Formats: sequence, structure tokens, C-alpha cells
Amino acid sequence: MSGHSTYQPQNAFMQWLEKRLPIGGLIHSSFVAYPTPRNLNYWWTFGGILSFMLGAQIITGIVLAMHYTPHVDLAFRSVEGIMRDVNYGWLLRYLHSNGASMFFIAVYIHMFRGMYYGSYKEPREVLWILGVIIYLLMMATGFLGYTLPWGQMSFWGATVITNFFSAIPGVGETVVTWLWGGYAVGNPTLNRFYSLHYLLPFVIAGVVVLHVWALHVVGQNNPAGIEPKSDKDTVAFTPYATVKDSFFMAVFCLFFAWFVFYIPNFLGHADNYIQANPAVTPQHIVPEWYYLPFYAILRAVPDKLLGVIALFGSILILAFLPWLDTSKVRSARYRPLYRQFFWVFVVVCVLLGWLGAKPAEGIYVVLARVLTIYYFAHFIVILPLLGIFEKTKPLPNSISESVLDAKA
Amino acid sequence: MTTVSSAEHTRRDFLYIATGAVGAVGAAAVLVPLIAQMNPDASTIAAGAPIEVDLAPIGEGQIIKVFWRSKPIFISHRSKKEITAAQDVNVATLPDPETDAARVKPGHDQWLVVIGICTHLGCIPLSHQGEYDGWFCPCHGSVYDTSGRIRKGPAPKNLYVPPYAFLSDTKIRIG
Repeated sequence: MSGHSTYQPQNAFMQWLEKRLPIGGLIHSSFVAYPTPRNLNYWWTFGGILSFMLGAQIITGIVLAMHYTPHVDLAFRSVEGIMRDVNYGWLLRYLHSNGASMFFIAVYIHMFRGMYYGSYKEPREVLWILGVIIYLLMMATGFLGYTLPWGQMSFWGATVITNFFSAIPGVGETVVTWLWGGYAVGNPTLNRFYSLHYLLPFVIAGVVVLHVWALHVVGQNNPAGIEPKSDKDTVAFTPYATVKDSFFMAVFCLFFAWFVFYIPNFLGHADNYIQANPAVTPQHIVPEWYYLPFYAILRAVPDKLLGVIALFGSILILAFLPWLDTSKVRSARYRPLYRQFFWVFVVVCVLLGWLGAKPAEGIYVVLARVLTIYYFAHFIVILPLLGIFEKTKPLPNSISESVLDAKA
Repeated sequence: MTTVSSAEHTRRDFLYIATGAVGAVGAAAVLVPLIAQMNPDASTIAAGAPIEVDLAPIGEGQIIKVFWRSKPIFISHRSKKEITAAQDVNVATLPDPETDAARVKPGHDQWLVVIGICTHLGCIPLSHQGEYDGWFCPCHGSVYDTSGRIRKGPAPKNLYVPPYAFLSDTKIRIG
């Protein structure tokens, strides 16, 4: 990245402000003049989409919080009040619930992009790990938010997830009681989940700032996986990346709007329209779709503690990716063997997701176990070995060369 | 960024302006529900439906308080003395000139229905108090007469008369 700022404020106020708080210069160097690889494809627009979705969730969430009551006797009714009485309440609620799903769709695409193009490799390890932290915070936020309507799935999902901690030897039960604030999931639990659900998105925002900072220090990766060598390899962020991001953000919003206006309950679970009943567990408890692969992994392991460890391990292993993948070549474009294993991995994740929604019986259990073993094997066995044995394709000399050659 | 001669408008200029315009319309559209959701919702509006009050139990000289749309309403069954005191006034000398007749329903002089909120800063005035034996607001010292009109103190307007109607001699509907 270049050194001094090229920002020359035109109007007098900006010149005055720039001497005192150089925010104009910061925005200019980060999002206007910032050198961006010229070969970025649309998979690179999801970072911007994620920032947009975080803002959208925060805004719709704050507005919903004006009408929601976090008490076990009133919560469900208050959500129905939002749906039926509050002006545009139905829209705000569906924007927020479907927005969460959109947030996760975008984050999975963003993560798979990173895995395909080697965006986690040196010097972007910290950037990647910050991303894993953001992902964990998102999962926590999503879980907490889902409990708030206090439907059957809210209550029993809360019970199951908080019970994970009872697997901890010795202190497990104490930890769970401490989480619950009582002898079971109840009003104290709901109240504190509401507080934490309001808090965590702002923690996410803070880590996102670190994430973008870490990105801007090392610069973006790109589909060729080779660093920019000269000015010919990059273009100014504005207008090129700005417009590309905005365009695909609009397309993404169309996809989002399709769910909100035509199939707003498709990704949800009908049982959450039944008020929480502490005496009756629904027949098939399932978390929201974005947790299903991890749910499948949890259930695949027959031991309680090991299952919980496998679940958290399956997420935490992502943080070690920069060191598990030993290949010197970044982008899967030049790694023909890795590319195949990557797509197998994607299919495995989708299948695990599908299995997470199935009852834990018969062939589903067998499949889940096989795929769980493969999931971990991908990271612990396949990636390290590929780096040593794979014959990679020759890398282009520069980004601009790879763009020009692509036509051939 | 390449510079363009300002003499000719290019396709890029058109696209920028068009995108900006659509973006502005979109931003305005997004603001509408975000701002509208803070207005009273359907259940609040429903709870503000008119109420009926039975006047029969209210004795002469008594003032009762009911709530309509979360506001306190004084219903005063005025005595002869109170009615005379309200009517025998040079209206021009009042801070907020209004005849008593304009504040009651014809043929029902003994019934005064006013919103019990001081028109200064919103406290509830105390009944049967103050120099004119009407209402006295303890917050900043406003004094109202037996017609609920402001006489002394910082309040600018008379106590407001809510919309109401007599359904019979002993029943009113407020709202």
C-alpha cells in the first residue's frame, strides 16, 4: 500500500476539518483512492454485502426493540403485536428474520471464497482469524436472537444449546445454572439473552473494523492469488469496486426481497409459531438452517462431551487453516487437485446441513458419521498432504498479464 | 480516474446521475417504514376508541376523573353557584377569552367535561382549589375557574374540552 495520502480537499470546511480530524483523508485513502486488484470477480463483493447486512440487521433490530417485551409471559404476544399492530411491523420483522439468513448466506459465500482463493494464506492469517471470530460472534448473536420470540423452537433450542455446557466435566452443571439464572431456561434467561443479543452486533462491528483494517494493511487477495506488482495491476477503489459492490448488493437485495415479500417463513420453522411450552418438547428440534451442518456433527459423535468438542472444533479448526494448508500457491485456479477437493468439501458441508435436519436414525446416522470424519480429514489430512504432493499449474507473471491472457 | 471535458455529457455522467436518483428514491423509501413504525400502532389506536360514562352516580358539586386515550378527563357536576360564577365574567378580560356557553353542551350547563392536563407543562391540576374555586395546578401555580378557563399563572390556554356528546341526560360518550 502506498504511503502519503493523495487527498486534496476542495472546500474550505473539509480543509479545516482535515487538519483537526483527518477522517476525510481516511475515507479517501481507504475507499476512494485505495488500490484494488483489477481482476477481482463478483465473489469479492460479499464483504461489502456483509457490511450492509450488519447495518441492516442493527437498524431493523433497534427499531424492533422499540416494540418487543423480553418477558416470558409477554414476548410471544409482543412479536405478534409487531406483526399485526405496529405500522410496517410485519415488514421490519421479516426483514430482520430473513436478514439473519441472508447474513449467513453471504458469510458462507465469503468464507468459501476465502478457502478457494487462499485468502487465508500469508500475510493474511490475522485477517482470516478475525473473520473466524466474527463468524463465531454471528453464530452467538443468531442463536440469542432466535430465542427472543419465545416460541417452541426458541425455548427448546435455548435449552439444548445451553445444555452443551453441562458436558464440561466437574463444573458443567454450575456453568449451566449460571447461564440460565435459574433451574431451567426461564425469564432470567430470556432477559439476559435480550441484553446480549443487543450487545453482540456492536462487538461484531468493532471486530469488522479490525478486519477491514487488517485487510487494508496487506491489501486484497485476488483470483490469481499473486500480489499486485505495479500500478498496472490495480485500479482505484472508487469508482470501480464501489460500483461493482453496489451493483451486486442490489442483486443480493433482490434475492433478499424475494424471501421477505413472497416466502418470508420458508427458512423458518413452523413450530416457532407455537408459544413456548416447558412441558412439551417438539418432535424434531432443529436449529435454524445456518447451524445445521454443525448440528449434524454434534449428533454424529455418540459421546456427549466429545460431541460438543467436535462441534466447537469444527468451527475452531478454521482458524488453523493458514497453517494446515501447506501449499505455496494461493489460488485454486492454479491448483487442479485442490480445486476438486474444495468442491467435494462444499458438497460435504451441504450434505451435513441436510443431515442436520433429519432425525438421528438409521442411515442418516451412518452418513453423518462418515461425512463428519471426512470434514475433519479435509483439514487435518488432505490439505497438509496436498501442499506437499500437488503439482500446481504455473503462475502468471502478473495480475494484468493474467487478465489479458484470460481472453486467449 | 480519467477526466472528461465538461462540455460533453457522457454516458458515464448519465449513469451516475440515474443511479444516484434511483438510490435517493430507494433511501427515501427505506426511511418511510423506519419512521412510521414509531407512530401509534393499531392496538394503541383501538384502545383509544370512544368511551361511555354514566353520569347518574355523580352528585352535585362532585368532580370525577376518567381516562380516555391515556389522558385524565375531569367530569364536573357543577352547582348553581359554580355555573353562575362561570357565566358572570367579562370574557374580554380573560387571558384566553372563551364564554362558558362555548365550553358546555346546550341544555346541559351543569356538566363540564375537560381534559385534566394543565396547558402549561402537563401536570394534573387539583380540583376545587384556587382563588376561583375551580382548579389549581401545584407545579407552577396556574389557576383555573369553574369553567376550566385559565385566570392566573403561566398556562397559556384554557383546559381543553375533548370531543363528547350526550347519549341521554345521564350518559355521555367521550371521543
